[in-house]
Amino acid sequence: MDTKFALHGIDYMVMIVYFAFVLGIGWALKKYMKNASAFLEAGRSIPAWVAGLAFISTNLGALEVMGMTGSGLKYGMLTTHFYWIGAIPAMVFLALFMMRFYYGSKARSVPEYLKLRFNEKTRGLNAILFAVMTVLASGISMYALAILLENVLGWNFNVSLLASAAIVLAYTYLGGLSSAIYNEVLQFFIIIIGLLPMAFLVMKDVGGWSGMQASLAPIVESRGFAADTWTSTWKYTATETGNPLGVAWYGIFAGLGFVLSFGYWCTNFLIVQRAMAAESMTAARKVPLIGAIPKMFIPFLIIVPGIAALVLLNDPLKGFALPLNDAGQPIYDYTIIMLLKQYLPAGVLGLGITALLASFMSGMAGNVSAFNTVWTYDIYQSYIRPATGNKESDDRHYLKVGKMATIFGVLVSIAAAYVASKFGNIMDFLQTIFSMINAPLFAVIFLGMFWKRSTGNAAFTGLLVGFLIALLHHGLTQPEGATTLVKGGWLGVIHTYPVEMAQNFWTAIIAFTSSTFLTVLISLLMKREKSDEDLNGLVYSMTPRLDDSSVMWYSRPWFLALIVGIVMIVLSILFW
Amino acid sequence: MLDIRFPIGLMFSIFGLIITVYGLITIGNTEMYERSLNVNVNLVSGLCTLAFGLVMLFLSDPVKKILRKK
Repeated sequence: MDTKFALHGIDYMVMIVYFAFVLGIGWALKKYMKNASAFLEAGRSIPAWVAGLAFISTNLGALEVMGMTGSGLKYGMLTTHFYWIGAIPAMVFLALFMMRFYYGSKARSVPEYLKLRFNEKTRGLNAILFAVMTVLASGISMYALAILLENVLGWNFNVSLLASAAIVLAYTYLGGLSSAIYNEVLQFFIIIIGLLPMAFLVMKDVGGWSGMQASLAPIVESRGFAADTWTSTWKYTATETGNPLGVAWYGIFAGLGFVLSFGYWCTNFLIVQRAMAAESMTAARKVPLIGAIPKMFIPFLIIVPGIAALVLLNDPLKGFALPLNDAGQPIYDYTIIMLLKQYLPAGVLGLGITALLASFMSGMAGNVSAFNTVWTYDIYQSYIRPATGNKESDDRHYLKVGKMATIFGVLVSIAAAYVASKFGNIMDFLQTIFSMINAPLFAVIFLGMFWKRSTGNAAFTGLLVGFLIALLHHGLTQPEGATTLVKGGWLGVIHTYPVEMAQNFWTAIIAFTSSTFLTVLISLLMKREKSDEDLNGLVYSMTPRLDDSSVMWYSRPWFLALIVGIVMIVLSILFW
Repeated sequence: MLDIRFPIGLMFSIFGLIITVYGLITIGNTEMYERSLNVNVNLVSGLCTLAFGLVMLFLSDPVKKILRKK
């Protein structure tokens, strides 16, 4: 199947307008970048709705969009668990219970919160792991973009890679975190406007929701599932074998709904940084809730068209096909690309392609802007050159370091992109490692925030050993049909999971549980290191309740959370 | 700080204009719109984008300031 697009002048025109705005925003923000705080924390001045859209946009990178449409084809509506149960409860929890400590403690990053709550070495461990992982992630997204441009538009790999790196560098260097956040908001709207025509046309083509259901029935039944499996979310999760995900409801609840999603949404600095940039405490607590509302509807834009693509694939009259890899397997990640190609004429096609480009770039910019903050505050300021006490010269110095870190981050990303081009599996590998870091981190931060007795040494051990146990579990298990050691089993196989998803869930669950257990145990065996007064503003029971009575009732976090909860329950029942 | 509604409004108004005009030029080009199920998707989507851009522009601080002066 040919993946090449024939773009017209009009499509390039749309693309050029977009790049002009991206760079223009960076340029316009340049004059505000007077000190390190403005550059690395957006001066804590971002309105709640802007930070809220950036909050979910950071997660809506192109790899995510492409992967989710492909998963829609492979697993049907079960994929929405990643957007509903696998995101919303964690976002609500972050908003209502955790944001006030991140924001109110005056920590400038998640590692810095660990330093304030626990100790220096816990911060150091987390900061170094985070910095390395973010730069790698940025490099991989750069690599994926260049490959896509090569396959789809026929552009040269090296030129695409360096050009996209240059644009990202230009606007993050000029406008820092504010620039990254503004461009994420831009990206959010362009993704919606660019993909909506495709979503609308594909649904029209398959005869709407009911037409799609009818056409899916024979296809799905021939695979041994119930006729409406691809259009249900919870209905067939009573057993692991009844649905294509290979996970039953308790696995979805514990693995995706709890450990993986809380580990990601509540502790990943890349995400939390957007809320920490908000203009006030109330705004910061509203950020995840404002983001949650569009988040719940994104599946209709990216997952449902993927499900419809399964109908198209099985109807020879439609002439729809996916490209094949070297092993002759369809490349599911190209589903959305092929849908754009199938339905969009010149003009709107330009918007669709620009939407994908935008989400790649803002993904890189997000990683770079999280990296430079952690590097400057948690590594450079902590270990290389501490503050001197002269606020003005310190500020100038750390601004310079932040800017240098931006350049350095982009350069290392470029190197990582070339490494990724040599080892195709590096992305799977990185995602696996990320879930191993996040699950213990969530255990430790959760205990830190809600249990005053937990100590720094316990947290450090919990974090380190939790990660090592996750690594061990990955080394001893593998998903069925695994061909490479990246998928696990590099120490010998003692258990085989039916699908990779199940292995990932259990890696996270085991890491979280062992980390929690260890942190609790060591905390109980050791003397407390911090007094009640030290923990004011860092631990739930030691911090006075917030008074929202000055905020209008409809603008209070609790009220927003209620709306978000109701919408999620209604959606789950509608698509049961 | 820069009100983000302004660049968003401006950019999507430009997008909307470009795509709408292109949709108008290509009215009656059945071959081109065959793939989009005979919908002139440029015209529809262009007008929606333009409307969104103008609303954002209208709500942005710089435009509000000018309107207030008048």
